[in-house]
Amino acid sequence: MTLLVAAGLPSADEPRCYSRVVNDWVCGDYLIDRRSEIIDATLQHVAITVVSVILGLLIAVPLALFARRVPRLESAILAITTGIYTIPSLALFPLLVPFTGLTMTTVVIGLALYALTILVRALLEGLRAVPEEVRESAIGLGFGATRLLLRIELPLALPVLMAGLRVATVSTVALTTVGSLVAYGGLGNLIKDGVLTNFRAELFTASLICVVLAVLLDVFLVLAERMLTPWTRGVRG
Amino acid sequence: MNVFGDMWTYLSDGTNWSGEAGIWALMFQQFLLTVTSLALATVIGLPIALWLGHLGKGGFLAINISNVGRAVPTFALLALFVVAPWPGTATLGPYGRAGLATLLALTLFALPPIITNSYVAMREVPGEVREAARGMGMTGPQQFFRIELPLGLPLVVSGLRLALVQVWATATIAAMVAGPGLGNIITDGFYRSNYGKGLAGALVVTVVALLLELLAAGAQRLADPTPEEVASPDRDPAMSVGVATVGQSADAVD
Repeated sequence: MTLLVAAGLPSADEPRCYSRVVNDWVCGDYLIDRRSEIIDATLQHVAITVVSVILGLLIAVPLALFARRVPRLESAILAITTGIYTIPSLALFPLLVPFTGLTMTTVVIGLALYALTILVRALLEGLRAVPEEVRESAIGLGFGATRLLLRIELPLALPVLMAGLRVATVSTVALTTVGSLVAYGGLGNLIKDGVLTNFRAELFTASLICVVLAVLLDVFLVLAERMLTPWTRGVRG
Repeated sequence: MNVFGDMWTYLSDGTNWSGEAGIWALMFQQFLLTVTSLALATVIGLPIALWLGHLGKGGFLAINISNVGRAVPTFALLALFVVAPWPGTATLGPYGRAGLATLLALTLFALPPIITNSYVAMREVPGEVREAARGMGMTGPQQFFRIELPLGLPLVVSGLRLALVQVWATATIAAMVAGPGLGNIITDGFYRSNYGKGLAGALVVTVVALLLELLAAGAQRLADPTPEEVASPDRDPAMSVGVATVGQSADAVD
């Protein structure tokens, strides 16, 4: 029987490599037979990650701009975001459940909060790194506050912001798995099921896709940064 | 809201706190896990990182280990450990079911912030200070113990603090693979649709996490040889995302 498989011959009564008897870690048949389940989980994972990071960014930008205007608020915002960051995700999701229930919203809000803490820091750090003389020249050229922000400060802060965005995105991909506590964890649902049913192929495949997703999104953001900041090319290499 | 009432009922019932699976016992277990793995990670990671930082070698590795650690989901790693034939779900003394798997995962996740921060701490000692020390005739070990280590200590400690908070958070996740720790109250509450209990567990875990963070922040202030220069959170390379420090950036608290 083993010989037949080794020779690549199809065999009807040979147990699948993901059956309870064999339970291989790596199993091509699993990928084929459960294709739709894997694709659904991956799509949910990507959707949760992308929506959370974008939501975090949408809140982080006004928050950082506001904190910059009111220096006394800045330390408060930094302290609160550090506090949020300290809360384990397994505890944060339950804390949100009374308000948003066992929905995808709970996971998205929780993850957006984590992303937000990284992004606010990155934005403030990036804006602080804009050289004072550049700002002064722009004001001397007659730039108003809004134009100064949009044309000078934000573009110059972009590299630091993008670095923060990469960190936030990669972290969010990993954290999404914990959302399986409220049944919306993308690939985390497969991992959870893999543990409960001792299903090695499912567990290993889902874990691997998680890491691959993180790397792919990171590469995408690196490319996006290169497109958005053409002036840095050749200077920093 | 009704859930909050249930939570209060659960928390105010003394029998939920005492006993073998009570809150105190689980908290002690999680604390034991946290301390043990942090100590293990410190013993393994700190000397290597400090030595590499002193020599100025291996920076790529020391810095990118944080990126790798961030991309690997804690839950996935724990799950792989538990389902694998080794370390599996074997009970390990006071560490409980899947104790060894949890300890291993926690130690692995504590290593990146410790290594990255300690390495950067050594490298951030100003070049002129280093040169002055050499000019005074200090030997390598003298430079390390009298100059680099005292000056780098705040950053080293901030790495330990980050690791501590992260390990506590990760130890909570262990419950998702039926492992030890306080997370069990949360997962048990959810599996039984007893959300008041889940919420109670979440509250306890959060309060302890914030207390640990505050205590560690206090310890970090004590370790600063120049306390008048207040250590802002932004000085922490493991939390900052500056371009010069890309890759040493914030680590997710799982």
